[in-house]
Amino acid sequence: MSEQPEPIKKVSLIVSKGSLVDVYPALVMGNGARMEGMDASIFFTFFGLGALIKKTQNSLKVATVGNPAMNMAMPMLKMPITMPFPTLLGAIPGVSNFATWMMKNEMENLDIPTIPEFLEMFTDAGGEVFACKLAMDMFKLTKDDLCDQVSSVLTVGEFYERSAGASIIFT
Amino acid sequence: MTTKELAGTSVDVDAEGFLTDHTIWNLDLAAAIAREEGIDPLTDRHVEVLNFMRKEFEENGTAPSIRKMNKLNIVPTKELYALFPGGPAKKAAKIAGLGKPQGCI
Repeated sequence: MSEQPEPIKKVSLIVSKGSLVDVYPALVMGNGARMEGMDASIFFTFFGLGALIKKTQNSLKVATVGNPAMNMAMPMLKMPITMPFPTLLGAIPGVSNFATWMMKNEMENLDIPTIPEFLEMFTDAGGEVFACKLAMDMFKLTKDDLCDQVSSVLTVGEFYERSAGASIIFT
Repeated sequence: MTTKELAGTSVDVDAEGFLTDHTIWNLDLAAAIAREEGIDPLTDRHVEVLNFMRKEFEENGTAPSIRKMNKLNIVPTKELYALFPGGPAKKAAKIAGLGKPQGCI
């Protein structure tokens, strides 16, 4: 008989992009890891930092341009999932706002929290939220710009130190 | 499905040790499952949470999410993790005699 694989004990997730659908997967997976009793942290870098900035974290948007899989959202409009959504339509002013509004409604129905509430839930669950120092410098941000759930601003080296023994997942 | 000795009675459990029939649940069984999960003793506060979960299960057919219990002020998320360390949703559902939770959040 083959040996049982070692269960995962710790995950470090990295978020580098800042659309609504870029941020949620890491929050779901990080929170899910805590629910299973694993240690979990999420490191936000580059545009992912938008999810931590007090002034912007409530207004992350769904990107409606350049996504050839937008047809997946069609059933939310009671249309077939095979119906294409041309990227030019996505560029019309208001379309991204509408898609965002629709997606947020759908998520609330599924008991998925908003980004700020999710960050609070994740940290209450014992998860840790980190911000990337280099990206902070680049975007002229200080720790005061970030929400209270951020425990530290880390360099890459510090991130790896804190991730000792973890599975690192780039979302 | 296997049969197992818990709190002096034999009960049916699934492969992961969840009771297969939630109606046979009682506090002695809860305390016995809790001990196996490393929670001893089962306090009044634990029991309050378990009772709420069972009530929700009977009304809606599923155990409540961690978010719901926080929002309804049944138990704050931090406290829930402290009460059921190492996997609160799954452990609490198991001790409450309910099936393994199906939600991702």
